[in-house]
Amino acid sequence: MPERKGVRTDEIAEPIESSARSRGRTRIAGRATGFSMTSESRMASLLKKLYPRFLYESVLPGGEKALFNYRRIWWQAIWGVAGVALIPLAVLTVVHHLQYRRALTAEIRYPLARLVSNTERTISSFLVERRTAMDFVVSDTSFEQLADQNRLTVLFHHLRKSFGTFGDIGVIDDTGYQLAYVGPFKLRGKSYKNQNWFVHIQKNGLYISDVFRGYRDEPHFVIAARHDKAKGSFYVVRAAIDAARLTQIVWSLETRPDSDAFVINHDGVLQTDSRFNGNVLERCRIEVPPHSESTVVRELTGPDGNSITQGYVYIKNTPFILMVIKRTEALMGGWWKLRGTLVAFFLASVVGILVAVLIAVTYLVGRVYEADFRRTVAVHKMEHANKMASIGRLAAGVAHEINNPLAIINEKAGLIKDTLTLPEAQRTEERIIKHIDSILQSVERCRVITHRLLGFARHVDVVFEPLDLVKLVIEVLSLLGKEAYHRNVRVTVNSVEDFPQIESDRGQLEQIFLNIINNAFDAVQDGGKIDIVFDIISEGMVAVEITDDGCGIKPEKMQYIFEPFYTTKKEKGTGLGLSITYGLVRKLGGEISVRSTEDKGTTFKLKLPVSLPKQTEEAE
Amino acid sequence: MAETIKVLAVDDDQDFLDAFAERMQIHGLSVTKATSGIEALSKAEEQTFDAVILDMAMPQMDGIDTLKRLRKINPDLQVILLTGHATIDKSVEAIKLGAIDFLEKPAEIDAVMDRIKAAKFARMLLVEKKTEERIKKIISDKGW
Repeated sequence: MPERKGVRTDEIAEPIESSARSRGRTRIAGRATGFSMTSESRMASLLKKLYPRFLYESVLPGGEKALFNYRRIWWQAIWGVAGVALIPLAVLTVVHHLQYRRALTAEIRYPLARLVSNTERTISSFLVERRTAMDFVVSDTSFEQLADQNRLTVLFHHLRKSFGTFGDIGVIDDTGYQLAYVGPFKLRGKSYKNQNWFVHIQKNGLYISDVFRGYRDEPHFVIAARHDKAKGSFYVVRAAIDAARLTQIVWSLETRPDSDAFVINHDGVLQTDSRFNGNVLERCRIEVPPHSESTVVRELTGPDGNSITQGYVYIKNTPFILMVIKRTEALMGGWWKLRGTLVAFFLASVVGILVAVLIAVTYLVGRVYEADFRRTVAVHKMEHANKMASIGRLAAGVAHEINNPLAIINEKAGLIKDTLTLPEAQRTEERIIKHIDSILQSVERCRVITHRLLGFARHVDVVFEPLDLVKLVIEVLSLLGKEAYHRNVRVTVNSVEDFPQIESDRGQLEQIFLNIINNAFDAVQDGGKIDIVFDIISEGMVAVEITDDGCGIKPEKMQYIFEPFYTTKKEKGTGLGLSITYGLVRKLGGEISVRSTEDKGTTFKLKLPVSLPKQTEEAE
Repeated sequence: MAETIKVLAVDDDQDFLDAFAERMQIHGLSVTKATSGIEALSKAEEQTFDAVILDMAMPQMDGIDTLKRLRKINPDLQVILLTGHATIDKSVEAIKLGAIDFLEKPAEIDAVMDRIKAAKFARMLLVEKKTEERIKKIISDKGW
């Protein structure tokens, strides 16, 4: 058993330990600049907060892979949280938008529909009034009286006085011949026999014409009514009505300056003046709408390309279509303003939520990363401490080993000194040279020992390189050689032929084997044995089995042995050795397993990849 | 000195043992070498030594074991332990088992010589005391 408190141990171990430690510390400090905050780097650290380290750095100190793929987690968290927040908001906004629009459109269209209906009623009653007046005259007067020019003149004057709008009046017999006529033209005796309206009235009894200029060159229209006589014959009373009256009615709506109201006929010719769509008897710029005897309000694109809202109705028993046009913009202004507010609110919310999500997610993922970072630093420090502890243990043995050549040097130097005090005769140069050679040999022995230890401590940085695993294990064993010698522990190393070189990190492998072999040494009795067997499992994997015939591990303790701080060695162990070994093996892409029988021995089986483990991106 | 001091030197390291023995011889001691505990025991059975210088760390039978068995062969044997790494525990254990002193490698020859002379003196005292006791016993037995 080597002694840890060997007097000369300190002199050897101390410089190694301190230099390795300081190297490790500078490297970690170099990575960890984000933690240190000086006044001049405040700006830089602010920038770093906005562009956190985990987005561009996937490697932790010591070249270790991060526990998670932080960039992906960050994206997933942002998508997830933003989705949960934004999708209901978007759905709500769209639904609100649709409902508002439906409600407000109905609200806005209703007055227009009412206006159109009312105006239609006004125009209808205007026409009915004229017709009723004519009927009254006819029913009050006999056909003979009506056919009398003088009598008709009196009647016409009464009508004009009462209703104003009559332009002329005529009485036509069933052959189309105009029997009497009162008006500005000499139309008495004119025959309407073949005219369309006369054909029409024979069938329908009532005729209201389109607006036309006629001989008077004034827009007017005609109302004609058939009256039946006895014996199946009939006569027609026909009167011209001034169309200006229609215009008056329509214009009396007092529509807004950007609105328009007018009447067209079924062919799309204007029957009244229009504000924007032409004058009377011109072709209207708006197409004839589909037939409907009830009021229709609809939205369409106007002749100038703007959206307009059109309200119309076909006036019954007339060729007239009443139409009110409003600019949708003016009508829907309120709604559009509301919609604008809604959209602005939505966009502002989206931006707000995204910013909040971005900040929160970045902060949280950053915290996890920092924790992982700190964990890695801690693990790294722990591994380092473990390595130093093993070196400390080795150093005790090594110091003992160095003491022997030192003792030889001491004796030889003493001999030389003694020889020089002897009488001249016994003082031979050969003797002195023999002693000096012996001293030099011993110095060489010391050098080999110290170099071995220094070489072990040196491999702190992670460097993957091809290496001979058997040779490496033998080197590790040589550090423990003296202990094996003194305790009579027999160590055998067996390897299959063609055992390949493997690509791995020397320092970490040394640490792994030292930990396992040290454990084996602790487990075996003096005179025990440790077998190390190298084997090839498959093309890419090799295995090393380290078997001891020591005390073994109790079955109930097997599950804990790789856990940190679990130790069966009481105050002699830190409980870190195997947990660190486990971590290191995993880091090198390998596996470690153990089987043990109490009082019979323990076998640690290490599987290692032959070539460099692919640094898998998905570090889940 | 009228009589040469007879010393048994035990160490598993042949090179060291040779040099150490040669030095002690130059300093006028009669040295017998043994490279293991077993060899030391057989040498001790063959003849009596004034002092034994015994290495602690040896394979098979270490210094403590050898010490125990040497004491069985000859309880008067003056054993000085020599080791590459001294510890309090081991020193105490060795002293309890009857070693008279403890030396650390590499040891100064003068210190070694002093210890050996002291051992020789102690042994002489012990032998004298035992002889005296024997004489006294004989006198009392005989009733003189």
